Amino acid sequence: MKKHNRRTRALLLALLTAALLLTIYLLGHLIQENAVTGSFLTARQPPSFAHPFGTDALGRDLLLRTVKGLSVSMTVGSAASVISAVIAVFVGIASAIGSRWVDSLINWVIDLVMGVPHTILIILISFALGRGLKGLLIGIAATHWCSLARLIRGEVLQLRSQQYVAVSRKLGKSSGWILIHHLLPHLVPQFFVGLVLMFPHAILHEASISFLGFGLPPEQSAIGIILSESMRYLSIGMWWSAVLPGATLVLIVLLIDRLGEHLRTILDPSSAQE
Amino acid sequence: MKGTFGRLVRIFLSYGVRILSLLLAVSIIAFVLVSASPIDPVQQYLIRLGTTVSPEQRTEIEAYWGVHQPPVQRYLHWLSELLKGNLGESSLYRRPVSDLIRERFLNSLTLMLCAWALSGVIGFFGGCVMGMCRDRLPDRILKRICYILSSVPTFWLGLIFLLVFSVRLKWFPIGFSSPVGVLSESVTLWQKTHHLILPALTLSLMSFSNIALHTRQKLIDVLNSEYVLFARARGENDWTILRRHGLRNILFPALTLQFASFAELFGGSVMAENVFSYPGLGSAVSAAGLNGDLPLLLGITLFSTLFVCVGNLIANLLYGVIDPRVREVGES
Amino acid sequence: MEQKNQPLLEIRDLSVSFRMYDHGLEQTDLKVISHLHLTVFPGEIVAIAGSSGSGKSLLASAILGILPRNATLRGHMRYRGEALTPQRQKQLRGTELALVPQSVAYFDPLMKVGAQADGHRRPKPTERRRQLFSRFGLPDKTEQLYPYQLSGGMARRILVSTALLPGAQLILADEPTPGMSLDQALEALRMFREMADAGKAVILITHDIDLAFEFADRVAVFYAGTTVEIAPASDFKAGPDALRHPYSKALWHALPQNGFQPIEGFQPYAGNLPQGCLFAPRCPCKTAECESKIPPIRKIRGGEVRCYHGT
Repeated sequence: MKKHNRRTRALLLALLTAALLLTIYLLGHLIQENAVTGSFLTARQPPSFAHPFGTDALGRDLLLRTVKGLSVSMTVGSAASVISAVIAVFVGIASAIGSRWVDSLINWVIDLVMGVPHTILIILISFALGRGLKGLLIGIAATHWCSLARLIRGEVLQLRSQQYVAVSRKLGKSSGWILIHHLLPHLVPQFFVGLVLMFPHAILHEASISFLGFGLPPEQSAIGIILSESMRYLSIGMWWSAVLPGATLVLIVLLIDRLGEHLRTILDPSSAQE
Repeated sequence: MKGTFGRLVRIFLSYGVRILSLLLAVSIIAFVLVSASPIDPVQQYLIRLGTTVSPEQRTEIEAYWGVHQPPVQRYLHWLSELLKGNLGESSLYRRPVSDLIRERFLNSLTLMLCAWALSGVIGFFGGCVMGMCRDRLPDRILKRICYILSSVPTFWLGLIFLLVFSVRLKWFPIGFSSPVGVLSESVTLWQKTHHLILPALTLSLMSFSNIALHTRQKLIDVLNSEYVLFARARGENDWTILRRHGLRNILFPALTLQFASFAELFGGSVMAENVFSYPGLGSAVSAAGLNGDLPLLLGITLFSTLFVCVGNLIANLLYGVIDPRVREVGES
Repeated sequence: MEQKNQPLLEIRDLSVSFRMYDHGLEQTDLKVISHLHLTVFPGEIVAIAGSSGSGKSLLASAILGILPRNATLRGHMRYRGEALTPQRQKQLRGTELALVPQSVAYFDPLMKVGAQADGHRRPKPTERRRQLFSRFGLPDKTEQLYPYQLSGGMARRILVSTALLPGAQLILADEPTPGMSLDQALEALRMFREMADAGKAVILITHDIDLAFEFADRVAVFYAGTTVEIAPASDFKAGPDALRHPYSKALWHALPQNGFQPIEGFQPYAGNLPQGCLFAPRCPCKTAECESKIPPIRKIRGGEVRCYHGT
């Protein structure tokens, strides 16, 4: 075996990626909000050694704001993904083992959530909750569970048709026992992979909605807000305020996406072959 | 053929009922959500009025909005007006919401249609290239591009386009679908197109990767199928196989997917329209949300749901056309 | 019949292996066909008989040169005395070499069968195809049908017509009988007999050993990716004493009409083949020699056998 074992390599890369993301996240938390204040003396400076990402129209350092914004994005993204994934597991299991009536009701609800463009649904929810972190979080969480729920429903249906589950049932095990001993162990990897794969979508939605002005208050550091501010200064040539924070966001999203793929390789090697 | 027609009518009717139930549910949910908002629509309305308002005028306006009525009654009132075709008046634009939606939708439709067709054609073509060159260099490069594109937020891509093509190269104008100060009747088709290109490009790049990766997977499934094995055994080469069997079997699924992705298209157009200040439904909905313009917000929400549902209906009908024949492929 | 002496197809020492990712994501080589020998003469039906999962279908792909990309092929193949190179395979498949696949799933589900039977070559042989269809008793409107509208018997006849249409000389029939009633199966096999009697050669790949004995001229017993014995079909009808390889004898005993005695053990997995004779682990008369070295092909009583002890 000259080739490295793909699984070990994936594990290593996953750990590395996770460590990198965690570092950015913690760095963002260490930055105090007042560290990002600036003065007009330093306003609108292109990238330099002192300010690698340049400064914005108020003289604030854009690198600091970006890192701070990323950690906000990650908080919102991870919280929303976790909520969404938990909803997905409950809904998916209920839909698979519930009566036909429950299944078709859930199907209808999924059609409903998919029927309204997510951006508009998040705008509505954010509007209902008075535009802020909470509205953003609930809005993203409420719109991202559908596909994972369908996946889990399919998985549970498939598991339930397996021989050993039928044997357990013949042996008189309760459906609760079957759920805990046979179904959940198989769903745990699905849950984690689904969670991590949902994460980048959640972050992208967070940035988009903040960009539209429905997320965090404008004085906060969020990628969407930085980019929305940058729009006003595009025509006077402040390219750095749009390019660099956005590129960093893309990089982070790609990293998280990679993390999800590595996790899938580790937890569910059969699908990784595709 | 009679069987197919009957099936299509059944799909149309059952999905039509479903659309109605979904629209009703969306109207209730949307109404509850905007009613629950701490943002006071009357306040927002008054702020924009600019002039000072006497208490009597205020009561009159509040009565118009039905603030003191119980929510259920307010909803029923709104719904009955809606069924009569009256969507209320936009507080932001001071015009009937239905007129506004009609006018803005035309703009949005042009934008979405261009992006939809563009992403469909390029995505389908790219997917075919990837599928045919599976695991070889062109496939790997295109796949990488697709993965990166799906990690790029639409609005940022729009910003970059603005920066490169409008600010630097000055090929395209910044914002507005028609030049400022020109009456809308005298805007030429060229000027309209000129303002349409960048947003349409941004929007199409957003949905490109989805359709390309889907087409790639479908083509690979086809190439691994038994009937392609048989075609090879009969001496067909790669190109003949793509022409005779590939396109035939992947075109319909791709088209179905395109119709089923109206929700993403509409969501993307909200972002693209805001970046490029394009006067469509997308920029109107975010303005309505930011300014507490409830009638407009509700109207566009319902309209976008209808739009998505129509897309899904078409996708279902398309699927109904190929259903019996595809079923057998799916099983193998 | 002087042509009878020149073989149409000769296969010597053919091996096919696959590069695969195992469940542990380790890369492994699966040897699906190993050291296979086979000679086919014009005018005969050679049945390749063996249990399912022994790589028989891949043999057809190997002959036609349409193996999947992750497969590697070693060994020699000659067609009409000349080496069967990939270029030559490309020329010959669909003209001189034809595959008759097993079921309707080998038709493009979205294409009318008339157009499919015509094939991609121009000019389209539509007139001749219509004659063939009517000879096979297919109604005129058949060509307008989609595959899912065909009955099993109709599909079978159309599949056979795709081999007859270009006038193929070597027909590879892959499991043509499963899922058919006895009548249908007999009808299908009669079609192949007709082809062979017209001077063509038919390789009949099947796990239905009874039918193979009945209709083939010679039978090649296929085990774990190789032919362990090739003998006239009459030997198989005569009984175990006429057979040479212990696996063939065991196979004979396992038939329902001969006592239904199962063979102990399992066929080895392609990723984990024994070093010597592939049948050695299950063989009642194995010796140390069998377990260390692959036995050579030996010619005994008009048949060929890959065994040290065959008589």
